[in-house]
Amino acid sequence: MSRYSAFSLIKNALSGHENWQRTWRAPEPKPHYDVIIVGGGGHGLATAYYLAKEHGIRNVAVLEKGGLGSGNIGRNTTIIRSNYMLPANTRFYEHSMKLWEGLSNDLNYNMMFSQRGVVNLAHTPGQMDAFARRGNAMLLEGVDAELLDVEEISRRIPGLYTGQNTRFPIVGGLCQPRGGTARHDAVAWGYARGADKYGVDIIEHCEVTGFIKAGDRVTGVKTTRGDISAPKIGISVAGNTSTVMKRAGIDKLPIESHVLQAFVSEPLKPLINTVVTFGAGHLYISQSDKGGLVFGGDLDGYNSYAQRGNLPIFEHVAAAAVTMFPNLARLKLLRNWGGIMDMSMDGSPIICTGPLPGMYLNAGWCYGGFKATPAAGWCFAHTIAKDEPHALNADFTLERFYNGRQLDERGAGPYPAHQ
Amino acid sequence: MIIKCPHCGPREASEYTYIGDATTKRPDHNDTDMDKWNDYVFLRENPRGAHAEHWQHTSGCRSFVKVLRDTVTHEISGVSLEGPWQVEDKS
Repeated sequence: MSRYSAFSLIKNALSGHENWQRTWRAPEPKPHYDVIIVGGGGHGLATAYYLAKEHGIRNVAVLEKGGLGSGNIGRNTTIIRSNYMLPANTRFYEHSMKLWEGLSNDLNYNMMFSQRGVVNLAHTPGQMDAFARRGNAMLLEGVDAELLDVEEISRRIPGLYTGQNTRFPIVGGLCQPRGGTARHDAVAWGYARGADKYGVDIIEHCEVTGFIKAGDRVTGVKTTRGDISAPKIGISVAGNTSTVMKRAGIDKLPIESHVLQAFVSEPLKPLINTVVTFGAGHLYISQSDKGGLVFGGDLDGYNSYAQRGNLPIFEHVAAAAVTMFPNLARLKLLRNWGGIMDMSMDGSPIICTGPLPGMYLNAGWCYGGFKATPAAGWCFAHTIAKDEPHALNADFTLERFYNGRQLDERGAGPYPAHQ
Repeated sequence: MIIKCPHCGPREASEYTYIGDATTKRPDHNDTDMDKWNDYVFLRENPRGAHAEHWQHTSGCRSFVKVLRDTVTHEISGVSLEGPWQVEDKS
């Protein structure tokens, strides 16, 4: 595997870019591995990478039913932040942020990680109090946070309407300066290349159709490309967790699948230099390096496995965008898409051993899957390798619902559509 | 998406509020079996395909209705009233 560098770029440019190597191999599945990861998205690939790099487990297969990175890793708004309040979430997402900060160097792949800041807008004094509380909780955990008044917001985000002539005038906001965005496809490709370099087999177009069990213990998977056995099988399939787990005989989980839409506009000259979220509705918006405005909002609100959304949410999101940035009113959209979210019953993720012997589960990511990719892979790899969770994911259990230890960051109760 | 309300006729889904899975059943209040309550409050089948769910026609007659909908195609195959107003289908 050749290293990417300025030198390799020049060398390949001189030969007309004809001699680049494949970024990862396309191996045939072997009958047995030490670990199988079901799901070749960002999380699955990151898990395989950290299993090989941190734990020396290299006889690993990643099985992906479609093409690599065709799920939620390519269907998000690329926002990265760690501005949470509950300690378990803050520590986990801050670990992820630290991994992001070194990821391009670690993987020798340009993540285009841009720490342009994330600003959450407040529209009432009560919201400002809540932000002050959250900001202080973040500072206590060593995360950066700044409380901004409306003058400072107006200075930092020139196109944003900060006047009084609107239904929800802006009174201030909370900024995490280290937050930002990254190139989502590069995350999948970078981790795939990194894992492949260590000898991990990435097997695309290989759907898991069933599980092979000895008693309760899961000992292998049946796939569209034959049976494969392994003593440890990690499930990391985002919105399809319930479907895949049914094939292992687990009929019910504290998860519902919902669709979340995202939109990208025609490219503009630089307009928005940070990530901004609207506090009186639900909208988050940023500008990609190509110039398109990337934005999204709420879930459509009902169970869905359709990777497309409906118009009412589009209308809501577009209205919120124009309220914030009136100069976008005549902007045209290039495309929109929907991703299937694993909405857990408390809005927090699940990374644990089980629920069956030989099985490990990484699920319930709600909106937070993309920014969590490095830490989710890192913690899931630790959980699989050591057969116990790392301190960072010790609270992300399946049993927490039964035990009354939910991580309900939003305080919304057991309603997945309201998380 | 259009949901046909038994009282008001076909109406846009945005007139309704989604309540959730209609297959869960609340245990009796005197029942102290934790497994049953856990099952009711937290666990869902979350099917890919046919799904029975409750909606409320909040911007219309405010009735609770049970909707049979496919979670992949959004095709609605049946709507019926729920609660004490539930009527037997006479057809």
